[in-house]
Amino acid sequence: MGAKVAAALAVAALVALPPLLPKYHLEVLISVLFWAYLGIAWNLLGGYAGQFSFGHAAFFGIGAYTSTLLLLQVGLTPWVGMILGGALAAAFGLFEGYLSFRYGLKGPYFSLVTLAFAEMLRVVGVNTKAVGSSLGLVVPSAKAAPAMFMFSGKLPYYYIILAMGALALALTWKIGRSRLGFSLAAVRENEDAAETAGVDALATKLRAMALSSFLTALGGTFYAQYFAYIDPTISFGPSVSIGALLPAIVGGAGMVLGPVLGSFVLTPLSELTRYALRGRAGADIMLYGAILMLVISFLPQGIVGLVRERRARAGQR
Amino acid sequence: MSLLEMSALTKRFGGLLAVSNFDLNLDAGEIVGLIGPNGAGKTTVFHLIAGFHAPTSGEIRFKGGSIVGSKPHAICRLGLTRTFQIVQPFAGLSVIENVMVGAFNRERDAVAARRLAGEIVDFVGLGPRRDMPARSLTLSDRKRLEIARGLATRPEMLLLDEAMSGLNPTEIDEIIGLIRRIHARGVSLLIIEHVMQAIMALSHRLVVLHHGEKLAEGAPGEVARDRRVIEAYLGEGA
Repeated sequence: MGAKVAAALAVAALVALPPLLPKYHLEVLISVLFWAYLGIAWNLLGGYAGQFSFGHAAFFGIGAYTSTLLLLQVGLTPWVGMILGGALAAAFGLFEGYLSFRYGLKGPYFSLVTLAFAEMLRVVGVNTKAVGSSLGLVVPSAKAAPAMFMFSGKLPYYYIILAMGALALALTWKIGRSRLGFSLAAVRENEDAAETAGVDALATKLRAMALSSFLTALGGTFYAQYFAYIDPTISFGPSVSIGALLPAIVGGAGMVLGPVLGSFVLTPLSELTRYALRGRAGADIMLYGAILMLVISFLPQGIVGLVRERRARAGQR
Repeated sequence: MSLLEMSALTKRFGGLLAVSNFDLNLDAGEIVGLIGPNGAGKTTVFHLIAGFHAPTSGEIRFKGGSIVGSKPHAICRLGLTRTFQIVQPFAGLSVIENVMVGAFNRERDAVAARRLAGEIVDFVGLGPRRDMPARSLTLSDRKRLEIARGLATRPEMLLLDEAMSGLNPTEIDEIIGLIRRIHARGVSLLIIEHVMQAIMALSHRLVVLHHGEKLAEGAPGEVARDRRVIEAYLGEGA
């Protein structure tokens, strides 16, 4: 009951308050929701299926580049471009997943393969003139055109990423209670046992891969439209890959709200460390890294895991 | 036609001949015990039947169709599944959730799967622990959970790999009773077991494996008196 009231209040605040926020705070909040969204997408594969991707930037970049190139070259609205980008990313994810899972790559080996694919795309991007090489691509943003995913001011982008996050959460929640959700959990816990219980482990992992990469690509398009600029290092570089997995792991991998809580803690934290240590390049990242290490060593199950454990203990008493 | 037929089944791991030219037929409604000293190849036979290893040569047919080269999940969907000697629960899931994974084979819908899983959990005697995480179960309960997960897939044939090892005599009696009730539901069983009193009591037929080859086959009483079987277990001159 208390949890439901708290959730309703949180949703009401997220919908009603932003128009009243100063610009900087709104930007931080957009950033929080953006990383939460990527975390939710990563969580489907990394948390639910237990396949730890270290290269989600591949899908993010495919989404960003597909919709942006279609916009610049043929004038296609990014609203459609983002779906095409998602489909392309899902196809790439299936290819990557099939190669890895077919040959039984697990754990860190799978992570390395995903990292390698993302880096490969980054290098291709840097060296391909047709996609702007390392200079990147500028997305036209001078005038507002809602049909073309272009808005004046930050607020519309806030509501778009809020809606994307809500839809992705609803999808995750629904999957978690479905046959697919149980198959994902079974594969994560024990693949051999899952197979004897009739779960097609390969197909299950590929489904997670396709869904996760599709959603991640939509985040790429959002990024391109919001910041109006992409380049290969931003889009395919490791910071996006890490940014997608951290909120999920810190918040609680494989739990619906994990990435959301994770991002609400991590994103402001990274802003604060950057502000506190401004002028000393790199020092903020070191502090941020140290805090992360503490969180991971003391909260191996993430924030949601800690809350659950507390509740379970209280229940036993 | 037998439910499960193996002919000239052979599995070689490098220089080791784990199973050699093994023939075995099981009819619907049978309980067959597969025994033999450690390292005889019993578990390898299970791996071959359930699809975890491909045989080097030979044929395995289930309900008349070849299952050689099929993956475990596909064989499970045909109606044949196994348990593991070292129990492998989904540790992070609750008892009922573990069993639901199996139940989803026959029920697409989560409510129906939960209902089927609930019946099975009660059937194996884990009803009071249905919402406990699998990792907190005792060994005896984990063995039951392993059986429950298999049963939830609604198998026609169940392979039990040492479902009683490590249990005390009372727990063993309970599992014997459970296996009888499973059989009464119309499930045929192939059982690997080292607990002799149990395998003698349960099996309609015993097959002895030694160095990967079939050493003897017959009614439990006959096989237990077989000179070669006694030698295989106790050494020559016994």
